[in-house]
Amino acid sequence: MPELAEAAKKTKAWACYDCGKCTATCPIARVGGSYSPRRHVLATNLGQQREIVENNTLFTCLTCSLCDRRCPAQVTYTELVRDLRELSHGHGVEPECPHGGALQSVMRMMAKGGTQQNRMGWLSQDLKTESAKGQVFYWTGCTMYYDAFFPEFQVKTLEGTRSAVRLMNKLGINPVVSPDERCCGHDLLWNGDRKSFELLAEHNVKLVANSGAELLVTSCAECLRTWKVDYEPFFGAKPPRIVHVTEYLAEHLPDLKFDTDRAAGTGPDGDGSRGPVRVTYQDPCRLGRHLGIYFAPRQLLEALPGVELSEMRRSEAAAICCAGGTWSNCDRFAKQIQVERLREARATGAQVLVTACPKCQVHFRCAMKDPNLGGEIEIEMRDVVELVDQAVGQK
Amino acid sequence: MTTGAKRPKRQTAKRTPPKAPPPWDPSIVVFACNWCSYAGADTAGVSRIQHQPHFRMIRVMCSGRIQPGFVLRAFEKGADGVLVSGCHFGDCHYIFGNERAVEQFEKTKEVVKLLGLEEGRLRLEWISAAEGVRFAQVINEFTDQVRTLGPSPWNGKRQQSVGRAAGQRPTTES
Ligand code: SF4
Ligand code: SF4
Ligand code: FES
Repeated sequence: MPELAEAAKKTKAWACYDCGKCTATCPIARVGGSYSPRRHVLATNLGQQREIVENNTLFTCLTCSLCDRRCPAQVTYTELVRDLRELSHGHGVEPECPHGGALQSVMRMMAKGGTQQNRMGWLSQDLKTESAKGQVFYWTGCTMYYDAFFPEFQVKTLEGTRSAVRLMNKLGINPVVSPDERCCGHDLLWNGDRKSFELLAEHNVKLVANSGAELLVTSCAECLRTWKVDYEPFFGAKPPRIVHVTEYLAEHLPDLKFDTDRAAGTGPDGDGSRGPVRVTYQDPCRLGRHLGIYFAPRQLLEALPGVELSEMRRSEAAAICCAGGTWSNCDRFAKQIQVERLREARATGAQVLVTACPKCQVHFRCAMKDPNLGGEIEIEMRDVVELVDQAVGQK
Repeated sequence: MTTGAKRPKRQTAKRTPPKAPPPWDPSIVVFACNWCSYAGADTAGVSRIQHQPHFRMIRVMCSGRIQPGFVLRAFEKGADGVLVSGCHFGDCHYIFGNERAVEQFEKTKEVVKLLGLEEGRLRLEWISAAEGVRFAQVINEFTDQVRTLGPSPWNGKRQQSVGRAAGQRPTTES
């Protein structure tokens, strides 16, 4: 199988010496799933295409990249699984439709284009943006779709989007927020649908190039990874600098004036309770292990007056992911991972679980809806940017 | 080799475009629950009530099963309109299935709006097993409504120019 041989070369799968560390590390295997990354590596090396395609376990992987970290032979399993999914996609294999494949359909429709999306409804009066040209492009990601699609979890990912624009306004920037933005294609790429991904990538790269922006800021960890890594072959002569909103705000930390009274006095629910708010931080897998951004969000949290950061047992490179990336998998093992992670967050004594990726919010909020465990694992969730916005207040 | 001989003939026949394009008929997907709306369609059929035939019906056990993914995929695959139907409130065979259907439908509508698709392409109707006449009426109304909206942007017939020119696929790794 030439594709498999190529994938083995690209991801260093050939170097695997069958130690099984990846499977031992894998959060799915750890909660009892029979998932084995090692077996996929082995099957790739042996050229067993049928085993890989027909077995249809590829979509179970969270692509959290934890195994990549631990592999002594530096096999990049996450890259491998993506290549294998592409191969399976060619054979008509799709993920076992979490949400009935609704989100994948939405993304494919965006890829084909042909309509003018109504994605700007969230922009409130006080937010100042440009619609076509400017120095800084704010990439919103698909938070408006998440909020519309998950009303039952009270998902409020748009709050983070609004906060980001508000903070940029306070720093004297009116970012470009384009009505023609389309899904970055992250999930389709990781589901193996490269063709649709390419359509999206070409459209988006052109859109940002035409805006003349030199800097692209995004709040979504997945969009960031896609822009930084996966869009590279699509860039023209002068690609913009691409940063996560936490990096951007950390760079401008001296210019942010915190409203000390307001920040210290306000509890997470705005109940006016005094005393510091203890928070804990969930490293999104895309931001952390995929891109190595651990420091910027922590730097922000530590700078906030009245906010105390308390780390979870497994954090930074060892953090456990929200178990729902790429919309390709959701099963009882994913649920178990989420529940354990939420327990870990509660064990820090934190009142707020802070994250830097809208998808973490969607998935943890879903897990919290468990009718039996709800009370044990419930915790307020916010985006880092929301906290910064709150701390800056009216100033 | 007979098939090989036949094939070129068919292709040439297909390639010559007709002089005047025929009047456009939409393709509509109708989701119907097994106990009411599907039976309603049956009633329309056995009573020989005339209605427009441009829809495909997909039967589900209860309208509560019709989640956003069904509808969105229909649009993705080129449906010009989607009709979701079920039993009247209080009549659902599974008691509250159609209440779920409303929740799912509202969600779907929100997403369809975000996508910029006309709201008129999506409709929810309650049709009982006895309402053959009503079924025909709803179908006629909806078909006309979708016809005035024209083909959906994802209907293959309109979508020749969207595909990207065949080119090399860029490699992700250097
Ligand atoms: S950890 Fe690396 S070397 Fe060990 S089995 Fe997994 S891929 Fe192979
Ligand atoms: S990427 Fe994460 S989920 Fe996938 S095999 Fe590795 S550790 Fe397991
Ligand atoms: S059975 Fe008809 S709507 Fe539930």
